[in-house]
Amino acid sequence: MKQAFFEIIENFALTGKVMRMRLAGDTSGIEQPGQFVDIRLENLFLRRPLSVCDWDDESFTVLYERVGRGTECMAALPAGERLDVMTGLGNGYDLSLAGETPLLIGGGTGLSPLYGLAKALVKRNVRPAVILGFSTAEEVFYTREFEAIGIKPIITTEDGSFGIQGFVTEAMDFPYTFFYACGTEAMLRAICEQSRCPGQISLGKRMGCGFGACMGCTVLTKNGPKRICKDGPVLNSEEVLWED
Amino acid sequence: MGRLSVSLCGIELENPVIPASGTFGYGYEFADFYDINCLGTFSFKGTTLAERIGNPLPRIAETEAGMLNAVGLQNPGVEKVIAEELPKLARCFHKPVIANVSGFSVAEYTEVCRRLGEQEQVGWLEVNISCPNVHGGGMSFGTDPHAAATVTRAVKAVTKKPVIMKLTPNVTEIVSIARACEEAGADAVSLINTIKGMRIDLKTRQPVLANITGGLSGPAIFPVALGMVWQVSQAVKIPVIGIGGVASAEDVIEMMLAGAAAVEIGAANLVNPFACRNIIENLPAVMDRLQINTLRDITGGAHG
Repeated sequence: MKQAFFEIIENFALTGKVMRMRLAGDTSGIEQPGQFVDIRLENLFLRRPLSVCDWDDESFTVLYERVGRGTECMAALPAGERLDVMTGLGNGYDLSLAGETPLLIGGGTGLSPLYGLAKALVKRNVRPAVILGFSTAEEVFYTREFEAIGIKPIITTEDGSFGIQGFVTEAMDFPYTFFYACGTEAMLRAICEQSRCPGQISLGKRMGCGFGACMGCTVLTKNGPKRICKDGPVLNSEEVLWED
Repeated sequence: MGRLSVSLCGIELENPVIPASGTFGYGYEFADFYDINCLGTFSFKGTTLAERIGNPLPRIAETEAGMLNAVGLQNPGVEKVIAEELPKLARCFHKPVIANVSGFSVAEYTEVCRRLGEQEQVGWLEVNISCPNVHGGGMSFGTDPHAAATVTRAVKAVTKKPVIMKLTPNVTEIVSIARACEEAGADAVSLINTIKGMRIDLKTRQPVLANITGGLSGPAIFPVALGMVWQVSQAVKIPVIGIGGVASAEDVIEMMLAGAAAVEIGAANLVNPFACRNIIENLPAVMDRLQINTLRDITGGAHG
């Protein structure tokens, strides 16, 4: 966990709604894929939490969808702008659970932390299968980046305009040793219910502080109350209590 | 005595900066960022008799210059607080701490205060009769002078530690509540807790918070808090702790000039974990600029 100022190196659109921002600065606070950063933006009171997609010694990358005031504000920022960022927040994915053939499943911008995870697994000589789900062909992104690290992702689109038609769960019917997922809660729940083996999911909840102080994002799990920002955002699939 | 030091119910504080309950956990999350022993003290997360999970999510919403929360007093209950949280707190904070207490009945307030009052590291009890986010407890004791006095009297009877009554701004007239607490034996009052409010999501046309309403905090409420501290501090003889939207050394001084003996800082901690340390570090230079020699002499300085 660290707070530092970062400079925007690039900030551009990947699709109509999805943006990619790379920021340079002290990344030593980032320890695991699946952790997040919390970015302070001018004139907005609360920081904006975003999963880290990728990082090295000098910079990190986030992928975000323009959905509200914070992300619209981020999208308008030019390169060179300096931002106050807290890094290395939360618990990331546990790579030791992967087994020989893990499956990574991302929905939309939920693919962001899975890219970093895929890179880390490849570095350990584990080659994961990857399923990426989108609503339509125009919204498909980051397939080339996965291919560049030697993984050809399976693509699903809800309207069938690219890859397999349907949700990511349509493409899961093959053996794997463990799964890692990030996406909407409906998607995560469907994956957990369908999967024959356990996995880890990253949950997104509206947060206050991002480091465990305000209790704003607590969910009840089979292992008691957990703060998504501090005890998550990655939870074991078996401990999640889905709300009806 | 340093030039920042103040006295709170007979206990010397190195400075008047106190992180407010519910924004500072039990201290150890912040000890990962800096040595929290630079603080005057802090008020730890509100404790109830039994464990509470709190309200359904979402329980945080952003506002202009502030935020709404409807956490609903999530805490592990007094037994676990004493057995697990206070030992962890003691490892990172070595000064007397403020135990914040909530309840749904006079008996609950009394029992939690009795047990926390027995803990050596607890210097003061801050009794929250002002939580806007729970039903049938909390604020209902803080909106009626008789109920406020009843809780104060009951709590005072079970502890020798100074009792601070934390007041709500969600009343027609806060002075009468503060006076009732003073007459019932309160050693201090702290104000204000959050202001009840809400937001609606324009896309879903539904309230953002699952609890519908929440408590507003942050710089947006500073002038409201200042006005109430000004009023109450002129109406009671016991010390007033000023709370509400304080975010800078200048705000601390303004709050003290309005009548505060010490200042609690809440929402600022959530957006910048270093907020309180920065304020403490900035105070001497701001005092120099304003020709203030010792902070403890400025309380109520604007009263005339």
